[in-house]
Amino acid sequence: MEATPEISLAAEQIASLGGFPITNSLLLSGLVTVFIIIMSWVIRYQVALVPAGFYNAVESVVEGLFNLAESVFGNFEEAKRYFPIIAALFLFILLNNWAGLMPGVGPITSGHVPLLRGGTADLNTTLALAIISVGITQYYAMARLGFFGNVGRFINLKNPILFFVGILELVAEFAKVLSFSFRLFGNIFAGEVLLVVMAFLAPYLAPLPFIGLELFVGLVQALVFAMLTLVFLKVAVAESHNT
Amino acid sequence: MEEIMKLLAPGLTIAIGGALPALAIGLMAAKAMEAIGRNPEAAPKIQTAMILAIAFAEAIAIYALVVALIIKFV
Repeated sequence: MEATPEISLAAEQIASLGGFPITNSLLLSGLVTVFIIIMSWVIRYQVALVPAGFYNAVESVVEGLFNLAESVFGNFEEAKRYFPIIAALFLFILLNNWAGLMPGVGPITSGHVPLLRGGTADLNTTLALAIISVGITQYYAMARLGFFGNVGRFINLKNPILFFVGILELVAEFAKVLSFSFRLFGNIFAGEVLLVVMAFLAPYLAPLPFIGLELFVGLVQALVFAMLTLVFLKVAVAESHNT
Repeated sequence: MEEIMKLLAPGLTIAIGGALPALAIGLMAAKAMEAIGRNPEAAPKIQTAMILAIAFAEAIAIYALVVALIIKFV
């Protein structure tokens, strides 16, 4: 048994669209996006006063997220305003994490390379999500505080200590981008590596608890991403009391 | 010598890089349990803050894991 499983840190390219490389993780996250859009279309015709079945499940998820947003903001209007981005991030990341566990992701190959790979197991996707998250926070802060109000959070000329704190805050924003992307990427990619290695070592029965672990980790990481975005939004938008 | 380092490097990376965050998470959870024990009514607030803080600590462990994977497989 000399072979070792092939694990590639970077997502492999399977096609190219007019010079733009299409990777296998891009393909799977595209499929997940199409799935979300179709589900949204199906759901909107099931709105009723007494919900039933699938709509009930979706409504409980949305309600749970909204209660979380409301408990962090403490205010219904603000929670309603910032809820869409939080819920979108949560659902997209959750479905992408779980899509990487679907049967067929991995074994179906195109050439020598897997045709599908978990969307969030690609550093590009998680980096994009992190930039969106931090960028949206800055945008909402500017919408609430005005452009110079937001710059004033970082470049604070009142006294030397506050100036230094402002510079640290600026560095912390970039650290947030790195931290968001690597947290999500590391968790999901390490999960995939774990599953591959377990399947390689003991193909029968042993990978099952690890797939359960990966389901749980996928849920927790999506929740953590959404909650952290929520908390940073709250801090950014509440700055007006701090000067 | 190089063979020894090739085997040791990822192992040590994840061992040390996983032990310290584990300690940090244990301390945080212990303090959170204490706080909930003193004031059970504030449990949801404490829980939310605890989960956030644990996510930060776990991120460091994940950085160590990614570096170990890079050393081993790239």
